[in-house]
Amino acid sequence: MRNSISFVRKYILNLITCLFVISFTILTPVKVFANDNGHETEEKFDAGELIFDHILDSYDWHICTWKGNHISVYLPIIVYSEGEFYCFSSKNFHHEHQYHAMNKHGDAVVFEIAEDGKYKGKVVRVLEDGTQIRPLDISITKTVCGLFISCTLLVVVFLLVAKGYRERGEKAPKGIQALVEPIILYVRDDIAKPNIGEHYERYFPYLLTVFFFIFFNNLLGLIPFFPFGVNITGNIAVTAVLALFTFVITNFMGSKHYYEDIFNTPGVPWWLKFPLPLMPVIELVGCFIKPFVLAVRLFANITAGHIVVLGFICMIFILGEMSAMAGAGMSVLSVLLAVFADCLEVLVAFIQAYVFTLLSSIYFGMAAKHS
Amino acid sequence: MELITPDFGLLFWMTLAFGIVFFILAKFALPVINGMLKKREEEITNALELAERTHKEMEQLQVDNEALLHQAREERDKILNEAKLISDRFIEEAKVKANEEKDRIIENAKETIENEKMAAATEIKNQIADISIKVAEKIIGKTLESDKEQMDYINRLLQEIEERTQK
Repeated sequence: MRNSISFVRKYILNLITCLFVISFTILTPVKVFANDNGHETEEKFDAGELIFDHILDSYDWHICTWKGNHISVYLPIIVYSEGEFYCFSSKNFHHEHQYHAMNKHGDAVVFEIAEDGKYKGKVVRVLEDGTQIRPLDISITKTVCGLFISCTLLVVVFLLVAKGYRERGEKAPKGIQALVEPIILYVRDDIAKPNIGEHYERYFPYLLTVFFFIFFNNLLGLIPFFPFGVNITGNIAVTAVLALFTFVITNFMGSKHYYEDIFNTPGVPWWLKFPLPLMPVIELVGCFIKPFVLAVRLFANITAGHIVVLGFICMIFILGEMSAMAGAGMSVLSVLLAVFADCLEVLVAFIQAYVFTLLSSIYFGMAAKHS
Repeated sequence: MELITPDFGLLFWMTLAFGIVFFILAKFALPVINGMLKKREEEITNALELAERTHKEMEQLQVDNEALLHQAREERDKILNEAKLISDRFIEEAKVKANEEKDRIIENAKETIENEKMAAATEIKNQIADISIKVAEKIIGKTLESDKEQMDYINRLLQEIEERTQK
């Protein structure tokens, strides 16, 4: 009993320390921004731009700026245009505005990052007449890179856990295995089983993967150090793919009864189905709205969390521009608020993973029911 | 606007990455984990059932033991009683036998004593007769003729004496 109390105390202490570290290191990119370009420019501090720089994707991974020099990891750009792949480092855009490549006919192909317009911030191909067209872009961007890192971590963790089970057999779990096991049991006993029923085992691997994928990425997104801190689950493309998986599984595993419910909804008056098929249309649209809502909910929650934390930190610099004293005074309050927001985000990280998995399993349960 | 527009590259990589992660986990990690979790749960259920069963068996055993003990005690009492009875009988018999023996020995002794007494008496009578004859010879100074006649006479005398003493 005493052991478990001391464990909990240690855990809470560690958590608080981590959160403090997190909120202090969040300051780094902001300081960097304050004297961006390496000069003492009189550039106005733009909190919105800073925040969106963090929230959105980019072709390089900016770590920090030291004495006016950007320290970034330049990621590869991979584009497909007119039957040919072009692969080059985004470092090329750092030195020069444009990148000149050659296609197989020996003609020059020019790429640049659009500064404004429809494709702002994206790699575009500049045609000879100066028009910009967007090639098929499968670059390893910051988000993709962060995604790979968190996926690797997830796989490593789970293989370790599986190894733990293989080695320890039916004995009590230990180490990382003991950390993950309660969550696995939680997903199984409180999410999958009650919502899907007896056939839950068919969906369990997916639910578990989705839960841990979201949970891992949410948590790693809160760590502001280099290999982490990417806004992955706060990216609509990522959440859209997750929702798409749920959508596909739901409708693929859907029973006859489920489709009957959609196209010939029982228990509604006939004039809602004929001549105007109002109910079927509503039901059918509902099929698509469900995963759409899943994607938007996760994206909005995580993005909002990142915006709030960064917003609190930016307040220091907004006030600091007015007077140094105000900025200094605000820093104490801002850090406290950011710590609070980070604590909240840790909670949200879990809740959103839970909600996504819960709703997925409810949809599976509805689609799989037979009677 | 970029914020809510899914980027194709990211969609592509995300599908690939998540698909691979899903595949690896579902193929290599989760079956092991699920299997072991299930096995462990079964193990725990079995262990609990076994404990329950053992508990019941123990209780049954205790009841049995109690009965056995009771039976053994009765048996013991019975055996003890029987032994006591037998020993009592033995003692009784032995006593009776001893008494009989004693009586017999005493009887024998009495008989012997009687015989001895008779023999002694006869002896004494004979001696007395002898002595009497010798005395009479001495007194008479001559040896009486017929021993037989004399002996008969003396015996008669002695008989008389005896009869007199007995009277």
